[in-house]
This record gives sequence, C-alpha cells and structure tokens, in this order.
Amino acid sequence: MQAQVSESPWRFDHYFVPLVIVLGLLAALFEAAWSHDPRMVAQAWIFGACMAITGAWYLWMYVGRTPKDESQPYADDVVRAGVIASMFWGIAGMLVGVIIALQLSFPHLFYLPDQAWTNFGRLRPLHTSAVIFAFGGNVLIATSFYVVQRTCRARLWGGSLSWLVFWGYNAFIVLAGTGYLLGISQSREYAEPEWYADIWLTIVWVCYLLVFMGTLWKRREPHIYVANWFYLAFIITIAILHIVNNLAVPVSLLETQSYSLFSGVQDALTQWWYGHNAVAFYLTVPFLAIMYYFIPKRAERPVYSYRLSILHFWSLTFIYIWAGPHHLLYTALPDWAQTLGMTFSIILWMPSWGGMINGMMTLSGAWDKLRTDPVLRMMVVSVAFYGMATFEGPVMSIKAVNALSHYTNWTVGHVHSGALGWVAYISFGAIYCLVPWLWKKKLYSNAMVEWHFWLSALGIVLYITSMWVAGIMQGLMWRAYNDFGFLEYAFVEVVEAMHPYYIIRALGGLLFLAGTLLMAFNLWKTIRSGSPAAAPAPAPVPAVEAA
Amino acid sequence: MKHAWLEKNSIVLLIAIILVVAVGGAVEIAPLFWVNGTVEKVSGMRPYTPLELAGRNIYVREGCYVCHSQQIRTLRDEVERYGHYSLAAESMYDHPFQWGSERTGPDLARVGGKYSDEWHRAHLADPRAAVPESIMPPYRFLFSKPLDYRQVRNMLLANRTVGVPYSDEQVAQAKADLEAQADPNADGLEDFQKRYPKAAARDFDGNPALISEGDALIAYMQMLGTLVDFKSYQASAPEHRR
Repeated sequence: MQAQVSESPWRFDHYFVPLVIVLGLLAALFEAAWSHDPRMVAQAWIFGACMAITGAWYLWMYVGRTPKDESQPYADDVVRAGVIASMFWGIAGMLVGVIIALQLSFPHLFYLPDQAWTNFGRLRPLHTSAVIFAFGGNVLIATSFYVVQRTCRARLWGGSLSWLVFWGYNAFIVLAGTGYLLGISQSREYAEPEWYADIWLTIVWVCYLLVFMGTLWKRREPHIYVANWFYLAFIITIAILHIVNNLAVPVSLLETQSYSLFSGVQDALTQWWYGHNAVAFYLTVPFLAIMYYFIPKRAERPVYSYRLSILHFWSLTFIYIWAGPHHLLYTALPDWAQTLGMTFSIILWMPSWGGMINGMMTLSGAWDKLRTDPVLRMMVVSVAFYGMATFEGPVMSIKAVNALSHYTNWTVGHVHSGALGWVAYISFGAIYCLVPWLWKKKLYSNAMVEWHFWLSALGIVLYITSMWVAGIMQGLMWRAYNDFGFLEYAFVEVVEAMHPYYIIRALGGLLFLAGTLLMAFNLWKTIRSGSPAAAPAPAPVPAVEAA
Repeated sequence: MKHAWLEKNSIVLLIAIILVVAVGGAVEIAPLFWVNGTVEKVSGMRPYTPLELAGRNIYVREGCYVCHSQQIRTLRDEVERYGHYSLAAESMYDHPFQWGSERTGPDLARVGGKYSDEWHRAHLADPRAAVPESIMPPYRFLFSKPLDYRQVRNMLLANRTVGVPYSDEQVAQAKADLEAQADPNADGLEDFQKRYPKAAARDFDGNPALISEGDALIAYMQMLGTLVDFKSYQASAPEHRR
C-alpha cells in the first residue's frame, strides 16, 4: 500500500462513489417530479437533500486533492464520523424512548389530538429504529472499521467507499425516521421502512460487505481475528435477512406503499425469523465482536479461550436462526414449528453463555481494574447483562412461561435488559475507549464516567424491575378467574394497574438518557479541550494472540 | 479439518457462515409454503373490499399493531375474553400479517361487530371520553381527512400479484366499490354486494358528505374476525389437528 498522493492512479471508487450519489439524486428528483403521493414527494426531497449533502462533501474532499486521512496508515476519519453519529442518534433515540414512555404514563398530557405524527404508533418505530439501527448501526460501522484495520494491519479497502457506507447508511436512517413520522411503514417490527428505503439499504450494505471483505483480503496477518468472524457473520446474515423479509410488491413505483410477498402465517414466521435474528445478528453477534476486541484491549489480557470462541461462534450462528417461532407460540403457526423454535431457543442458552464466559474470564488476573477503571467496569457489566438476558430469553421461550409472558410488558423488560444493559453498555465502553484513541487525547473526566455508570445502572434497574412486575402482573390479571368461573378483570382494569409501573419505567429511561448526555458532554470536552494523551494510541493486537 | 483453514481464507469463512445460517430457515420456514394444512380450509373467507383494504392501510400506517395484537391464542382465558382462537386461514389474505407482539391495548382479531360505529367514532376521536382509563392516542384527524384512494385499483392489483384472488371485475370496479360501500345511497350498491357477499355497506363515520379515513378504518375494524363461518368449522376434525 503506497501512499502515492501526488500522481493518483486510477481508482474505481473515484467513479463508483460519485455514480451512486448521482443515481441516488436522480432517483430522488424523478420521484419528486412525477409522484402524486405527497408522502413520496416529501421523502424524495429529504433523500435528495441527503444525497446533495453527500455529493457536496465528496466534491469538497476529493476534487483536486487527496484527503490528508488517505496518507495515514489507517482510515480513521470515517471511524470518527461514525462515533459522532452514534452519540447523536443515541441521544435522539433515547429521547424519543422517554417521550413515548411518558405518553403511556400521562396520555392526557403527551398526545396532540390533531398532530398524527406525535402519536405513539408512529413514534415507537422511530424509537426502536433510532436506537437499534441509528445508534447501534453507527457504533457497529465505526467499531468494525476500526477493528478490522487494526487486526488485519491494513487500511480499509476501497478508498472513499467506506465513506459511502457511512453517508449512505445515515441517509437510510433519515429516510426511515422521517418516513415513520409521515405515516410510512410496512408494519414489520424492526423492518418498518418501505420498499425504496430497503433497496437503498441493500446497496449500501453490499458496499459495506465489500469494504469489509476487501480489507480482510489485503490483511497482513495470516489469521483472521475472532472479532472479524463475528462482524462478517453480522454483515452477511443481515443482508440475507433484510432481503428476504422485505420482499414486497409496491402499489406503484411512484407510491410509498407496498404489500408483502407473503401473507398470514408464512409472513408471520418470515418476519419473526427476521425479527429474532435482528436481535441475534444485529444486537448480539457484532456486539460480541466489540467484546472480543475492546475488553482484551482495555484489560490488557488475552481472550480467555480460543477454543471456546470457535465453539460458541459456530454454535451461535447455527442455532440462533431457528429461534424465531418462539414469538408465535400458541398462535396459528403449526405446532411442529412452534416446538422446533422453542427447543432451539432453549439450546441457545449454552452458546450464549459460552460467549459470556469467554468475555468475563478474559478479566482473569485483571479483576482489580474494575475498581479503578469505570469504562472496563461498564463493559464487564454489559457482559453480565448479556448473560442475564440470554438466560431469561430461553426461559421465556418455554411454552408454559410464554403463555403468561407473551404480549405483556415482561417482553419489553427483557428486551431492555439486553438493549440497555448489554448493547448500550458495551457500545458506551467501546466509545469511551475509541475517542481518546482516535483523537489522541486523555479522557476529560473519569469521575463523569463514574456518574454515567451509576446513573444509567440505576436507570436500568428501575426499567427492568418495573417491567418485570408489570408484565407478570398483566399476565396474571388477564388469566385470573373469580369464584364463579368468570374472568376476574376487564381489560381496562389491567391497563389501569400498569400506571405506576409506566411512571417508574419512564423515570428509569430518563436516568439512562441523563447518563448518555453526561457521556456526550464528557466526550465533547475530551475532543475540544482534553489534554494530549501521554502515550501514543495502543499498537495493533496480533491476530492470534488468543491462541 | 483444522479451523485455521477457515481463519486464513476469508471467502471460505464467508461461505461457511452462509451455509450454517441457511439451515435453520430452510428447515423451519420453507416447508410452511408447501405442507398441506399449514392454512386450513374454511368457509367464509373473502379478500378485503377496497374500502376495508384502505382502512387496513391506515391501521398499518398509524402503527396500531404496536399495541394491538390480532391473534387469539389457544388458551382458555383468551378464548373467553376475545372469542374463538385465531385460525391461520383468517389471515391468509393479510399482506402483511398483523398478529402483533404486544397487548398494551386489547386484541382486535374479533373486534368486528362488538361495538357500534358510533362508539368507534367517539373512541377513536377521543379515547378517554369513551374509556376514562384508556392510554390510547387520539385519532380525531381521521374524521376530517378525506380518504386518498387515487391508487385503489393499483392497490388491488398489487395484492393480486402477491396472491390475493381478486377478479378482473373486482379490480376494474375498485373505485366504484369503495364509494358504494361508504355511501348507502350509491348506485353501485347492488353490484358491490354481488362482488363482496355479506360485506356491510353504510356511512361508517356518520358524515355522509365525506368519505373520510375514519370511514375506511371503521369499515375494516367492523369486519375483523367476522368472516369465517364457525358453525361449519370443526376444530376436532383430523385435518385441523396440526
């Protein structure tokens, strides 16, 4: 890899990236000019603006010059951009979460009767997409780009293609989020964006796969480090899930709406095959990659067991795919599929704990660091939450338990113990590591990290305990019979009983958000005014250190 | 085979991952498309009328599925609270399905006919006026907003492409049928009822001057779960035990 900046050789990305931006812009202009669907026109202008910004950025960066970043051994500017986007979307997504929690707590205060876009039904997908795909997605793009370069000792493949991934993915987020507010949704949970946004994401995702694979190809390490197996499984499996679950026929090429290719029971299983594996391959597998890079780095200890990582990687990828039907127990889905889904969900407990143990035990000989390093503590606690959530999940997928827990707030509590405790915490940990490494500054305040940790930990505890109690209570009240053999409670009595728990939940969410705001402030101060780091950024980890 | 081989060849690793994740889907999902009895045979199911379909689009658009399930499980308390457990056949024309995953509000699989149109209007416009403890968002705007049905013919066509058996006539007359169902004095009422037997036609939103989004949504909700003839459905028949 020569840094020939003066006489630039032919590079495919110099043609491909502008081509995609121009095509995106043309598609937007076409829709804006010809569509009679006001929602499509609005989306077209929004997407057109995103493409215009991306195009302007490209012109500014690449026309007549070569960005300074390209003469560096590693492409870190795109990682920095990903870190900033993560924090922005994290705060936005969590804020929407707090708002919808307040809507359920105080419906007479937080609804606007004539503003359709403020209703719970539209804001809820905004919240889930913003935290999962916008916050989580940017964390994954940023960390995967960082990790794959260090562990391959190679610069990102494809030049500006990685920037197309960043801008294109965030344009997808903007398109999806504004779409929900406008009332555009295909009602598939965690896959709500409509056909045109799905096509755009597919293009971006293929670029992401190319950048990642290309970097693996040019690696200067014989072995592919374990974290990269997880990132690769995430990228390729999400592509498969995304394409199959979003097969649909649009009403017309000028309309936002589409009808899914499958119907009823087949559609339900396809969606939950996707839905559960969004949890698996979006919210678990790549965050395990973060665990496999950042925890050993931060603890300065090798990964506990190389064999265990092989074993739990392959068993996790194989078994997770089967677990979808546990979202459809006692429904019209055929019994054989329900039983299969339940069985594999229970088996899943083992590979999940394999990963947890491997992460935890990496701390062997470094446990004392938990007292002094709140960042490492955050990451270790996240692995503990991962263990908890992956024990709770199999329990909830047992038919007898699911009969009680399904449709209740217990599910919401379960999801958030994973989402806040595991996904967000490991992400925070990684970002707290990355910002000082990338900007070569000392973290502004360790005390603030302590505050963040305890505020958010308290928030998680309030959130999940209130939802456990509410959920189990809800399930029991729905099935309660009185002495005469009639159902004891009307549905609305159960709604009323949820009130105090909804308030506690909102408070928990608020504390979690407060912690994130503190983090953003801390990072901002680090970047703007932090003192230069004493030591240079850590050297790359040898790929087979674990072996 | 040594694992190192996979660790040293990114393409091999990629292919291995694809193969490993493909198994579950192939074994679990694919058979649902050809195993007989995945969807039972029942009498009474028909495709949605154009107005109901437009109402369903609004149900999807507003994210009702976020809080309301449309799937009654085979559990005693659910059957007593909501009615006969849901059959696969009842969502055979649902693109996409609306089974939901949460019951922040009650199940709606059989809400059709349980409340009057008037109750639905009052409740949708201001949920807490009808049910003081409710935490549902207000949908007052549905009743002032004219229903956008420019594309109703294409809506039916798209549904036909994905397998809903709309006839040529139903597609051709989609707009007339939509208007006829929302207006009891329309000319096309008889033809509409020939094309969609037993479908209710009336002014659902109580405002004869306007075909509103409220018309469509209430028409949809009032037919939910009412199609299958449960008198002729025998749950214990061998073909229904699966």
